Amino acid sequence: MKNAICTFCGNVCDDIEFDGTVGKNLCPIGEAKFAAKRRMEAPTIEGEKVSYEEAIERAAEILVNAKRPLLYGWASTVNEAIKLGVILAEKLGGIYDQCSSVCHAPSTLAMIEEGIPGGTLGQAKNRADVIVFWGCNPVEAHPRHPSRYSVMARGFLTKGRQYRHIVVVDVRKTATAYLATEFYQIKPGYDFAVFTALRSIVNGHEDAVPDEVGGLSKEKLKELADVLMDGKYGVIFYGLGLTHSRGQDRNVECIVKLVQTLNRQTRYILQPMRGHFNVVGAGAVAAWEAGYEYAIDFSRGYPRFSPSEFTAVEALLRKDCDAALIVASDPAAHFPKKAVERLAEIPVIQIDPHPNVTTLLADIVIPSAIVGIEAEGTVYRMDGIPLRVKKLRETEYWSDYQILRLMLDKVIQMKGE
Amino acid sequence: MTLHIKNGIVVDPKNGIAGEKMDIFIKDGKIVEESEVGKECKTIDVSGKLVVAGGVDLHAHIAGGKINTGRAMRPEEMRFVRRKSNGLRAAVGRTLLTSPAIGYEYAKMGYTTAIEPATPSIYVIHTHEELDSIPIIDKATLPLFGNWHPVFKYAADKDVEKMKSFVAWVLERTKGYGVKLVNPGGVEAWMYGGNVSGLDDTIPGFGVTPREVITTLIAAVEELKLPHSVHLHCNNLGVPGNYETTMETIKLAKKFRNDNRQVLHVTHVQFNAYTGSSWRDMGSGAEEIAKLVNSMNNVTIDMGQPIFGHATTMTADSPFQFELHKLVKAKWCNKDVELETGAGIVPLVYRPKSPVNAVQWATGLELGLLVDADKIAVSTDYPNGGPFTAYPYIVTLLMSRKFREEEMKKAHQYIEKATALPSIDKERSIEEVIQMTRVTPARVLGMENKGHLGVGADGDVVVYDIDPLNYDSSDYQAILKALENPLYTIKGGEIVVKNGDVVGEVWGRTFWVDASEQTTTEIIEADLDEYFNYYTVKRCNYGVEEGWLHNPVRITAG
Repeated sequence: MKNAICTFCGNVCDDIEFDGTVGKNLCPIGEAKFAAKRRMEAPTIEGEKVSYEEAIERAAEILVNAKRPLLYGWASTVNEAIKLGVILAEKLGGIYDQCSSVCHAPSTLAMIEEGIPGGTLGQAKNRADVIVFWGCNPVEAHPRHPSRYSVMARGFLTKGRQYRHIVVVDVRKTATAYLATEFYQIKPGYDFAVFTALRSIVNGHEDAVPDEVGGLSKEKLKELADVLMDGKYGVIFYGLGLTHSRGQDRNVECIVKLVQTLNRQTRYILQPMRGHFNVVGAGAVAAWEAGYEYAIDFSRGYPRFSPSEFTAVEALLRKDCDAALIVASDPAAHFPKKAVERLAEIPVIQIDPHPNVTTLLADIVIPSAIVGIEAEGTVYRMDGIPLRVKKLRETEYWSDYQILRLMLDKVIQMKGE
Repeated sequence: MTLHIKNGIVVDPKNGIAGEKMDIFIKDGKIVEESEVGKECKTIDVSGKLVVAGGVDLHAHIAGGKINTGRAMRPEEMRFVRRKSNGLRAAVGRTLLTSPAIGYEYAKMGYTTAIEPATPSIYVIHTHEELDSIPIIDKATLPLFGNWHPVFKYAADKDVEKMKSFVAWVLERTKGYGVKLVNPGGVEAWMYGGNVSGLDDTIPGFGVTPREVITTLIAAVEELKLPHSVHLHCNNLGVPGNYETTMETIKLAKKFRNDNRQVLHVTHVQFNAYTGSSWRDMGSGAEEIAKLVNSMNNVTIDMGQPIFGHATTMTADSPFQFELHKLVKAKWCNKDVELETGAGIVPLVYRPKSPVNAVQWATGLELGLLVDADKIAVSTDYPNGGPFTAYPYIVTLLMSRKFREEEMKKAHQYIEKATALPSIDKERSIEEVIQMTRVTPARVLGMENKGHLGVGADGDVVVYDIDPLNYDSSDYQAILKALENPLYTIKGGEIVVKNGDVVGEVWGRTFWVDASEQTTTEIIEADLDEYFNYYTVKRCNYGVEEGWLHNPVRITAG
């Protein structure tokens, strides 16, 4: 099939050719996604193979009997399944949380403070004459980003690489830095200070800037500010270098303010480099169904949002959750040790196409069809643009949607609503 | 399911029924003659109560990227927990509501249809996902055309045939209902930090003016015979002195004629009805606009009434949103959408003691009182002017001079100088407000089965605890209470609200317009292929298929 859609990173490239086993136009990580991998043969309860119906029935029992189950993951499945997940959390009086809470959640907090002046990836492709990558490394994390959307993309008004000024700012010389017109190496943890200095210069207060900030001389900072201000249409992409270094959401807030200021002189937009192919949907669906993007508790019958209480890691650390449903994610590989220890203590139900570290501590494992290869549905690219991913081959595996639909029906039945 | 609504006093302006004791029968979701229902019919006795069609909201941003980004940006909005019955979904939100809450709250005030009026086409799958998550009501969405590059090109070439073809292609791809324009040309100018200041500015890079974009699109929509006319958010929104641009824009309709409906719907006119040269001397231009609209028979408008309290402004008018961000110093979201359109979001509070906000409030009401009831619909431009849940408040203000006097006491006295509201004694009759909330919006949208209770109409019926033949307009609290708590809201023959509480959940339909019979896409195939080189989505992956929607209804144009 031509123009299939890759379901790995936030790029969500929609020009993949796939014949059922081999894919063309894929980047190395996309190739890995589409390559044949070890699968779980059938659903299991405590290691024993069972039918889908049995596994789902037992899972529903565990969830209904739990006081406050945690429903976590969601970034690597489709919106249709995520929606059922949010409704399931509401019916169970549990917690809905998604991968953002250990990733770009500081961006959401910054947005709550300041908003976000954003745009689509097509704006970078068609209009941008200045593109900045700050604390992100698309060459290795979003490999086709430079050619499809940014550095080399041939757009309507900006025809290609030679019409663009590419700036990379990072704490080390990344692979992306080699694509840059200019690379600025700053000291780790000094992003906030550098943004503040740039804001001062852009606002005409360069006299307030000391001789050196975050490893950059004042001359360098002025040079960078000039590059930014000379752009007719600029795009700043940023990554976890900002959200997971000292300052976190304050870093993002500060770069938002820099972009607000730049918009008083020229045009700029800001775009986070989101990781999983549908991490945006995992927030968006929850927002329209329950009002918030992540860290949502339903124990009072209505949704409440509190990142310091209701994110998965916090809830596990404080032993607030007594069962967990993990969908399309691998928290055991990524959460802090104490949180994983708690996960090992409580009943865990996993829904995933592939075995991963979390499988090792899951009591019920329900294998699912691979989204974008064996199951269709809607996903949101990093800029929120929706794409309908396709079913490219037949499978015996149930989709996340089918599994969660039956689970929700069972839960409603057991609760007698 | 058949239903017999017995002994109510029916107000159905479209069918000339002004308060007659009548029985209404519903079968298979439609209003039918008595002879069509059998004995096994559920009967509800509503003796002496007002029976009307379900309300129709022709302009409320209820779904899509804008409102959802607003929700993510404003968790403070979600602390407001709404009343609901067991078994239904949790419903939260003050002026930004969750999707379940939107459906429930519309039903709770007797509305059964609402239109999402601004979707960037590339985001349309998201809009439909949210529309499908709203229970009870029927809905539709209007894709945005006013700043789309092919639209500029065809307008510059004065090529109505290609414009028709493009409009039909977009409506099919988006499963959209009609043509929406927001600040035509201004959003493209904003891509380089600018805006347009009127109908005759040249749109940067395209050698075409907003005037040409609007008139070419009206011509295309009329030739395609779409049920709904061009739906326009004018240039210069929210700028003192903008009423002149609005009047000039309204006059563009004079070149066109349609015997069934308007050829131009100008939306949330309150925001485009200011006199003056700055915020210091701004005033209301509502009287002038009302005179003009009343003198023409092919233009309709809606109010865009601001409500004192919290609101969240969100429009595709991104240069305006940036100005508002600077003006009120609030947080700001922007979205530039590749070669199509833009968007912005800024929270706002309408303060009664602010002279500007008081004038805005009075201007909306002036329009609501002075424009003929068959040419204006009630709206708050949700959530720009405030929540749609304020419709009973607005209707009561229109019906009761005494209520207006009470509310005017709270507002800044500058309204006495800058608006005519204090001198307007008029009180809208029940027939008129039913016209403005049912008949007019349904007619504006070209929805023949909405807004009335004739045989064949949708079985959307509301019963209010008001006796339309004998009510006291000075007892405004009773009117307000009745409008806020319908005795029954019936959607497609199912009782969904009883005594102001949601008691049942049904799923409405999504209407879209298929205009493919009126044109051919062959003439724009090459343009589209060329154009999609500059998209970041392949042409074959663009748009939404009918089968992905929950309950789509295709309406054929012509």
